[in-house]
Amino acid sequence: MSSEIVTDPGDERVFHPAEEPHHPEGHSTPLGFWIYLMSDCLIFAILFATFGVLGTRYAGGPDPKELFDLPLVALNTAMLLISSITYGFAMLQMHEGNQKGTIKWLGITAAFGAAFLCIELYEFSHMIHEGAGPGRSAFLSAFFTLVGTHGLHVTFGLVWLAVLVVQVRKHGLTLANQRRINCLSLFWHFLDVIWIGVFTFVYLMGMI
Amino acid sequence: MNLIRNSVVASLFLALAGCGSEVLSPGGDVAAKTRDVLGITTALILVIVLPVLVAIIWFAIRYRSGSEDAESEYDPSFHHSVQLELLIWAAPLVIIIWLGALTWVSTHKLDPYRPLDSETQGVTDGAEPLVVQVVSMDWKWLFFYPQYGIATVNDLAAPLDRPIRFELTSTEVMNAFYVPTLAGMIYTMPGMQTQLHAVINETGEYKGMSSHYSGAGFSGMNFPFHGLEEADFDAWVQKARSSGQVLDRDAYRELLKPSENVPSAFYALGDEELYHDILNRCVEPGQVCMDEVMAADHGGMDHAGAAHAGTGDAASGEEAARAEAAVTASPDGHAGHEPAASDTTAPDAGSATPAPLMQQEAAPADAAHWGEGAAAPESAPAAAAAEQDQSTHQGMNHAPANAAPAAAN
Amino acid sequence: MAVEANVTDSTFLFGRLAWSKLPITEPVVVYTFVAVVILGAAVVAALTYFKLWGYLWKEWFTSVDHKKIGIMYMILGLVMFLRGFADAIMMRLQQVMAFNGSEGYLNAHHYDQVFTAHGTIMIFFVAMPFVTGLMNFVVPLQIGARDVAFPFLNNFSFWMTVGGAVLTMVSLFIGEFAQTGWLAFPPLSGVVASPREGVDYYIWGLQIAGVGTTLSGINLIVTILKMRCPGMGLMRMPVFTWTSLCANILIVATFPVLTATLVLLSLDRYLGMNFFTNDLGGNPMLYINLIWIWGHPEVYILILPAFGIFSEVVATFCGKRLFGYNSMVYATVCITILSYLVWLHHFFTMGSGASVNSFFGIATMIISIPTGAKIFNWLFTMYKGKIRYELPMMWAVAFMLTFVIGGMTGVMLAVPPADFIVHNSLFLVAHFHNVIIGGVVYGVFAGINYWWPKAFGFKMNQFWGHVSFWCWVVGFWLAFMPLYVMGLMGVTRRLRVFDDPSLQIWFAIAALGAAVIAFGIFALIMQIFTSIRDREKLRDVTGDPWDARTLEWATSSPPPAYNFAFTPVVYDVDAWHDMKEHGYKRPLSGFKPIHMPKNTGTGVVLAAISVVLGFALVWHIWWLVVLSFPALIAAAIWHTFDYNRDFYIPEATVTETEDARTKALSNAV
Repeated sequence: MSSEIVTDPGDERVFHPAEEPHHPEGHSTPLGFWIYLMSDCLIFAILFATFGVLGTRYAGGPDPKELFDLPLVALNTAMLLISSITYGFAMLQMHEGNQKGTIKWLGITAAFGAAFLCIELYEFSHMIHEGAGPGRSAFLSAFFTLVGTHGLHVTFGLVWLAVLVVQVRKHGLTLANQRRINCLSLFWHFLDVIWIGVFTFVYLMGMI
Repeated sequence: MNLIRNSVVASLFLALAGCGSEVLSPGGDVAAKTRDVLGITTALILVIVLPVLVAIIWFAIRYRSGSEDAESEYDPSFHHSVQLELLIWAAPLVIIIWLGALTWVSTHKLDPYRPLDSETQGVTDGAEPLVVQVVSMDWKWLFFYPQYGIATVNDLAAPLDRPIRFELTSTEVMNAFYVPTLAGMIYTMPGMQTQLHAVINETGEYKGMSSHYSGAGFSGMNFPFHGLEEADFDAWVQKARSSGQVLDRDAYRELLKPSENVPSAFYALGDEELYHDILNRCVEPGQVCMDEVMAADHGGMDHAGAAHAGTGDAASGEEAARAEAAVTASPDGHAGHEPAASDTTAPDAGSATPAPLMQQEAAPADAAHWGEGAAAPESAPAAAAAEQDQSTHQGMNHAPANAAPAAAN
Repeated sequence: MAVEANVTDSTFLFGRLAWSKLPITEPVVVYTFVAVVILGAAVVAALTYFKLWGYLWKEWFTSVDHKKIGIMYMILGLVMFLRGFADAIMMRLQQVMAFNGSEGYLNAHHYDQVFTAHGTIMIFFVAMPFVTGLMNFVVPLQIGARDVAFPFLNNFSFWMTVGGAVLTMVSLFIGEFAQTGWLAFPPLSGVVASPREGVDYYIWGLQIAGVGTTLSGINLIVTILKMRCPGMGLMRMPVFTWTSLCANILIVATFPVLTATLVLLSLDRYLGMNFFTNDLGGNPMLYINLIWIWGHPEVYILILPAFGIFSEVVATFCGKRLFGYNSMVYATVCITILSYLVWLHHFFTMGSGASVNSFFGIATMIISIPTGAKIFNWLFTMYKGKIRYELPMMWAVAFMLTFVIGGMTGVMLAVPPADFIVHNSLFLVAHFHNVIIGGVVYGVFAGINYWWPKAFGFKMNQFWGHVSFWCWVVGFWLAFMPLYVMGLMGVTRRLRVFDDPSLQIWFAIAALGAAVIAFGIFALIMQIFTSIRDREKLRDVTGDPWDARTLEWATSSPPPAYNFAFTPVVYDVDAWHDMKEHGYKRPLSGFKPIHMPKNTGTGVVLAAISVVLGFALVWHIWWLVVLSFPALIAAAIWHTFDYNRDFYIPEATVTETEDARTKALSNAV
């Protein structure tokens, strides 16, 4: 089973490689970022699970049918999905080495992301205004936390986008910046996937 | 089995039992059987642990550097052996299979929710159980005896050889109800009801306590448990009835104030609905009972939520029917297993979330129970089984389909 | 909302912090405070007098060298160990005194904080830093790497852990700590039952440290997966690296659960939400499930690396390759997976059904199979070996004997009916101290004694090491055997006063045991002190004082900043042993410049701001929250504008370092 080559005098070994293995800065970043995303995914998993357990505890308060405005949420979903596509265009531009194009598409992505956030904030404020704030029932606590955590992630993504645009302007599409754009791309699409889960699990199934 | 039970268990725990341990020499049959499980488990594990301990010491001494054995037997190439590795995986596996079987059987037999059967010492089939409703408070115990119309604080008694069914809840925080001589412990939780079945076979005054930390006055949450002859029990009941104190809402409000090291107190029960209202968190006027809130959440509306949560409290006929099927198919026939105001807690059997997992078994019975209020056929076996165990169960009154809309706190 | 009740007595400037919140009425705390102030002032004065601040800042605090970060983790663990153990002594004293109507010397408010802090600190700020520190120091060396994959992140992770510890320690003197038990179950930890700041200290202390732990977990996984030297396939990794990999996978797979759970609890407390409340649909049982989904893997996060340490130690000191390397690896992986499936055994008594309880009970027992296999593997490594009883090996044997007993009581607790009668009792307390002290703590001590020469270039003092060893082993049994006994007598944990006088003798024995352990800790400190004092006598220049088997022993002690002048190539498990067998000669020339990461102070800054933010949140000082949170984000963004993060160690420096070692080696012969 094991490699049984013990103390064979004729056994020549090279103890050091002729060429030092090179670990350039950032060579592990994609893997590391993926693992981070998985850990983030777990946070969402817990929030989904919590919503699954508490999602029907209205405590005599409003239920999804009274609260959700599906067309609005559909519009919101469209905003986020389109922003993912536009991010894809930014990636294409980046691969072509087109700095201006990259920045332009990143900007468009940010605009759609911001639109998504605005609609979400409007929805929240509307609900709170109607007396359906997060403290009203366990259902609403779980709802606001799940959707709000996603919203916070989008906010963070927007801040990151803004920083990246400045950095690309300043240093161009260097390897380091390309790596960052790649990571944010993973992050942005990840948020899309989570949102599809939210849309299905929270909104659509809430309206059935 | 008997051999093990009589010799190993006895010798293992004899010394401790001599110290007056009510865990190891209990006065009730449920606790005694539980104790035996502990003993047999210990014996089984020792089968493998003792040789290992001996081998560690033996090898550690034998192969110490400088010893003759180490010098003569030293063999650095011995680092792999298929037979030996099979053995070291298989030996624990055999023990664990044995222990696993024991676990499965004993866990089901000694399930605190399972009504006692005639296998239990001193219990005849069909004997009417004594119902004690237990409320843990900051920081004392309140016991209701609904069949006798009395209530006590920090004083518990039961007649010999009569099955006891405890229904337990709490006011604000979690506790665990533990009378070692009777049975194992069980948590008490606000807004929920747990159950415990036990019997006492020997007279005496035993220890009762909270065994789950609950805040500043936790250390003083002790109470005596009296195992009494029938006549003495009647006298004990009479003492409460004639105590001159009546437990009504005002008296309860007084009790609700946090207090520590509270002496025993006896009451005549002045309010039949009090336990139900404590359980459902609606003691104060204007508060809507949780069972009603739940009914309103689920009864009036046909919403999607039930598809992914709250099966246990769903009142729709469809849900109940599905749950009943689950009960009928349930291998352990756990119809009487009800978790609490249950209904408030039992989540969905199908979802993969954690809380559901632990409650899914519980859910079916409740669902069946709720089902009665809605559309489920009374004759369904599960519903009947649930019914059997719930003759005196007040907590779960079926709420009207459209109860008051809002919980007010 | 529920928050308003708490805000009423707060001021704009200080939130709810006020003079009245300082525990000046608790003499014990005041004396401690005075002692800490005097000691702290002495340390600060000494550092200033010897002009060490600059050195500490440049060479340690801002260092991204995994070895230095590892050592700093160990120091953090040791300091917090003293605090956690002080809590233990206080509990033992209280429990032995509080008989026959005596209330002891601690009131409930204080005592309840003491046992909560003891558990929290020992797990999060003692065991975790110790284990993370050893992994940090050893793993890159064992896999022939020059540093971890993300060196800055490593530094940041460490300082976040420190930040969490600082916030927890602050609660000792400013306000109070939680009085809820170390897992803060609601409803007791909810805002109704615990309106004050104690639980908030708990939450933010753990959240800040949790960020560090999660990031450090990601870092070490990537390091192990990406940075191994040529030839080191997964099945040639040292067992400690394997167990570290599994432990870090568990960290990444569970700490987010803790983070999310504590977020939900804080939303209940701060924004009046209803996740775990009694009313409006909340469900406290959800919290208990969630926290144990993190909590059970957590104990394996601690014990797996300890298993790895023992594997290295046993193989080295028996002069044999580890018996059944493959099955050891499979056992580790089995435990990793199974540890995720047993959380419910922590609350069989909550009223789950019999089938659910049996499932989790049996799953728990199944874990004992791979664990048992491990014990046998060590046992058969000793078989036909030549065992040198150096201190690490003594700890290993003590571990095996102790841990087997702990495992046995663990299986007893895994049988639900048996658990019903000993759950929440002192039996349970004895059990988990049995496995955590007997497993993790002994493992850490074995690791410290084993790798100390690698870290500092000299062995540890034997005499005090032996004293410490015997005090611990004897003290442990004295302290916890009585707890097993009392557990079987039905004595509940966390009690402050007792009414059964027959128990007092057992508590007296336990207190005596704690005193013996205290002397063991004193001996440990003496061991460290005398080792440093006599370092020239204890000097080891070979870099391989134990005739060990894995790559960390292939380089000098202490290793140079770049670890290996030339990256090694691996042909077998126990790579260094294999190299020695094949006549390895250290290259003496041909050195090249080495690419290394640069130091940075950002980690310290970010962690410091996090502590301020945590403090502001604890005390509801909202203006400070509004200031410090954006400051935190801004500091992080500022760091991303630094593109210049690496440099080359010039060839001359490498040559100089290696020549110095060549000279030292030839002098020693």
